[in-house]
Amino acid sequence: MIIIAFLLQTLRLALPLLFAAAGGIMSERVGIIALTLEGFMLTGAFCAAIGALYSGSAVVGLLAGMAGATLAAALLGLVTIRFQADQVVSGIAVNLLAVGATTFFLRLAFDSSSNSPRIPGFSTEGSGVAYSTITNPLAWMGVLALPAIAFLLHKTIFGLRVRAVGEHPEAAETAGVDVSAIRYAGVLLSGALAGLAGVYLAMEQHQFTNNMTAGRGFIALAAVIFGRWMPMRVAAACILFAAADALSILLGQAGAVPQQFVDMIPFVLTIVALAGIVGRSVAPAALGKADA
Amino acid sequence: MSAPDVVESAAPDARAADRRERLEEMILPPIVALLVALVVGDLLILAFGQSPSYVFQLLLEGSWGNGYGIGQVLYKATTFTCTGLAFAVASRAGLFNIGAEGQLAAGGFAAGVIGMLLPAGLPLVVALPLLVMAAMAGGGAVGVVPGYLRARFGANEVIVTIMLNFVVLALLNWATASHLAMPETLHTPEIAAGALPRLSALIPAFHGSAANFSILVVALATVAVGWWLFRTRSGYELRATGLQPEAAEYGGVNVGRSWTTAMLVAGALAGLGSINFVLGYKLYYEDGFASGSGFLGIAVALVGRNHPLGIVLAALLFATLSQGGLAVNALVPKEIVDVLQAVVILAIAASVPAVRAELRAARGRKALKRVERAA
Amino acid sequence: MITEPLHAPDGASEPEPEGTGAELSPAVRLTGIRKRFGAVVAIADASLDVARGEIHALVGENGAGKSTLMHILAGVLAPDAGTVSVNGADVTGWTAADAIAAGVGMVYQHFMLVPPLTVAENVVLGLEPKRFGMYDGSRAEQEVGELARRTGLRVSPNALLSSLSVGEAQRVEILKVLYRGARLLVLDEPTAVLSPPEVDELWSVLRGLRAEGGTAVVITHRLDEVMAISDRVTVMRGGRTVARMRTADTSPAELARAMVGREVTLAGAVAIGGEVLGEERGSPPNSNIPPHPTAAPTETTPAQPPQRTAPALEIRNLSVSSSRRERAVDSISLSIAPGEIVGIAGVEGNGQTELVHAIAGLAPAIAGTILLDGRDVTILSVRERAEAGLSHIPEDRQTRGLILDFSVADNLVLGLQHHYTSASGVLDSARIAANAVESIRHFDIRPTDPNLPVRALSGGNQQKVVIAREMGRDFRVLLAAQPTRGVDVGAIEFIHEQLRNARASGLAILLVSADLNEVLALSDRIGVLYGGRLAVMLDRADASAEVLGQYMTGASGVHEAVS
Repeated sequence: MIIIAFLLQTLRLALPLLFAAAGGIMSERVGIIALTLEGFMLTGAFCAAIGALYSGSAVVGLLAGMAGATLAAALLGLVTIRFQADQVVSGIAVNLLAVGATTFFLRLAFDSSSNSPRIPGFSTEGSGVAYSTITNPLAWMGVLALPAIAFLLHKTIFGLRVRAVGEHPEAAETAGVDVSAIRYAGVLLSGALAGLAGVYLAMEQHQFTNNMTAGRGFIALAAVIFGRWMPMRVAAACILFAAADALSILLGQAGAVPQQFVDMIPFVLTIVALAGIVGRSVAPAALGKADA
Repeated sequence: MSAPDVVESAAPDARAADRRERLEEMILPPIVALLVALVVGDLLILAFGQSPSYVFQLLLEGSWGNGYGIGQVLYKATTFTCTGLAFAVASRAGLFNIGAEGQLAAGGFAAGVIGMLLPAGLPLVVALPLLVMAAMAGGGAVGVVPGYLRARFGANEVIVTIMLNFVVLALLNWATASHLAMPETLHTPEIAAGALPRLSALIPAFHGSAANFSILVVALATVAVGWWLFRTRSGYELRATGLQPEAAEYGGVNVGRSWTTAMLVAGALAGLGSINFVLGYKLYYEDGFASGSGFLGIAVALVGRNHPLGIVLAALLFATLSQGGLAVNALVPKEIVDVLQAVVILAIAASVPAVRAELRAARGRKALKRVERAA
Repeated sequence: MITEPLHAPDGASEPEPEGTGAELSPAVRLTGIRKRFGAVVAIADASLDVARGEIHALVGENGAGKSTLMHILAGVLAPDAGTVSVNGADVTGWTAADAIAAGVGMVYQHFMLVPPLTVAENVVLGLEPKRFGMYDGSRAEQEVGELARRTGLRVSPNALLSSLSVGEAQRVEILKVLYRGARLLVLDEPTAVLSPPEVDELWSVLRGLRAEGGTAVVITHRLDEVMAISDRVTVMRGGRTVARMRTADTSPAELARAMVGREVTLAGAVAIGGEVLGEERGSPPNSNIPPHPTAAPTETTPAQPPQRTAPALEIRNLSVSSSRRERAVDSISLSIAPGEIVGIAGVEGNGQTELVHAIAGLAPAIAGTILLDGRDVTILSVRERAEAGLSHIPEDRQTRGLILDFSVADNLVLGLQHHYTSASGVLDSARIAANAVESIRHFDIRPTDPNLPVRALSGGNQQKVVIAREMGRDFRVLLAAQPTRGVDVGAIEFIHEQLRNARASGLAILLVSADLNEVLALSDRIGVLYGGRLAVMLDRADASAEVLGQYMTGASGVHEAVS
């Protein structure tokens, strides 16, 4: 029983990471640094809450969340691809914008600076964690997100072009690939996917709360780097990070390791991986250079 | 070899023209950005059904309209200057320091803990240098890690600084919560020595504000950074590394060492910012006190164009917005300020390449015309 | 004189009858092409006739305009004047996409390939085969495999590009072009990165394509290759086509003469710097321009031959690797005596950059020893070598030699900053300023304001800043790499004078230059680098453009050097 509880908890914690990491791969594989997953998630969660509240429908909420996050991604794409703005600076600015704007509009919409009213979700209420997780379509989408990205990257023409653009945009250009279009597509897709992560969070908690993503976007980025930009390895990293978290929650006070140290795991592992101390992570060659 | 290469500069007015061009390239983007932010701000205020001019007036009154407001602006600008310098110094060496948040917190933690352990009644002249060094050492220790990893292993400092923020903040949270905090709080006991007086002790008009004498320490540090960057060999080599690493290498500069030094100093500067809170305001380290100030340093450095003087002005600007935001909170959520900050950063980031390209294209056209006339 | 003038002086551009038979109907005809980049004339007047089913060699020195001409053919650049016709149709100003659609494909010198993708993925990128809207990977591999078999471009379609050798990567590049249906291949310096067996294989592939009715234009400066592969050859010099002949009717020596130019003239010299003067008036290049000052025969040898004393710089069996070649410098030994200028000639990319970088301390030696005044400096840092008496004018002033956003004064102490620093690490701005004023005056740098950023100076004055810094200090050995590249005539003369003065005062200079006239004008001894090896080392008296040209192009000397 405890095993099932652990697995369910892991899945619950892994889902937002899986969505956001899928988005992170798409962004980084077209050459745009995925510093903005956090902001996309937050935007997605907020827009999902707004959509679900005003329509009363979880599906509308989901679509609104994806749309809102995609719009935020479009802003990032515009400044980095069209205006060649520095990706690091722009990414951080869009994150700040997401934090500020969601709180600002939260007050505008609900006159509260902490949380939205209760919103509908996908899970059937009062039917146990296992049942509500299995009947939640978002859970299935999340499980399938990274396999879908793997398929997209390796089995479709779009995916082939994405891989070419992220590694060698000039080569793609001379082969007749529209590099800007591929970059926009990757960034927008990353917004939509990370937006879904936010939708999941808001629907699961049945409300939007201020800054509810709490660094999960950066954990997803850590998973992307630790998983070396390969979808199935990234999925494994997400599950590993979630499992560590689930374990520490289950053990609670009995745990020998303080929660803070568990929280650090993704970040420490990523730094170690970047330094090449155990198996070097090599980023897409054109990452961060959108001025080609 | 680019085409303008063969265009001779006309000697007599070259310097003036060049000065003007460099000034244009430097100052136009922040102006464009502030105008964009103004428009966005107006729209957001209108969305709340308020009058933009009234809100902006209130914002100014709440910041520069009275002694308390000015004091608060000065207090906030002190920290922002430090995190702005922390970004700028790294930037001058060609690196992104996104880790000011963790560096600032680590500095505050070091100052708080050392201050707590000092014998009570230790005179300020002894305690202050000790605590300033502790704050800088704490921040520097966090800053030097990504610098070294970049120099030694080529690890991308953007990711490492971001990830390190989470690691450092979690560590400090653990150390504070489980070992050092006063019961029912997340802060350490008060420091036993080294507290700095408030500015209101000298200028009563500042009464009630958090402005304190750490502003002098930070002002001194700002001057020192400018002097170091532009007057010392180490600063010369650091700037050379940031502009053209290959040329720096040719000039005998150890590029890796420049990177490590830059990040060490950047971290120390961010750490220094913590004395404003720990020695001047609350007199203890509190979990989360740095929240937001680190990232704001990026905006400050961008608007201040990585120059110490510009950074001080930009820090004042953002401190004004931040303080004024509180004053208008009843009419418009204070988060409008966060939105405006983000808009300013985005607008500058997007307009620097655009403005430069536009200006250079215009100059190129002029130069070509000159050549064709001459031919 | 075998070289055949292409145009009558009045500009008539009717090609001479070849008399080689009707089967050579022209596939490509470029006439009266001109192209300038800003103020720099890349092509002054060039033409090219390529018949269907032939392999045509396009030869010339660096900067002769070969690549620019081919970029115009491939639609990458549009000509300022002249016409491009392919298969009889006027296609002047077409785009790269038009060119590909018409079956004209270019194989670039710098590969445009994506390392983590497979061979097949690289080849089909942009034109991927589909199945049910998906990428049909197995069909791509099958098609590419078939194409590879048919053409003899042996490479496994499912191999990752990153696992291939340079030669194999080039085959992929050619496959890419052929996959797009190219019937006319343009290859830009295809053998620069290949080993001899790979070169032979490439030739057999090209012959196979020719047998199937395909056409190829091969850009090269290696004359042995011209002889081996081409049916006809066109020679360019200084942005002009200067000769065209049947390969069977010529010899490497004749081609070398045509490439380098019989008479050492300004037109040839300056073109290497990228600029053709006197072109605007449409005059022939040699008529109204005074002889190159450095080419005056009285100045080509020093007043007194240097005495053979202990060498100031000695290199023993030096090998250096680069990202492109395992042994970019391959076991080179040479020495320079005090008061001697040793010139290194050679077509660029034959190891010159790596040689200079290794001596300067910017690249590690994988084998061998570098001695400065008898002292082993092989593992010393850049600064330690500078302190030991090494000065270095780098070949690329804009990325290495100068910090463009620093002031002239600050650039004049780059690499010497520790000499302009107080014990406490503070820069001595008064001495930096005084040094700047002195250097600006002595080296006539304009404008004279030491506070201007170097970016604001012209190329010639930027180079004077580098020269002033590197020659204004104490040194025993100077590495001068391309010291006059992109510099105007007056500055060239000035820089040459500085180099001669340095020699006269007993300093040793290693002069590396792509400008043969410069090497001939200044050097006491001249070596030629070819394929990373020192093909020959001659006394000035034994060297001439013709002799050097043959070594530079591999027409002679290679076999002695290798064995």
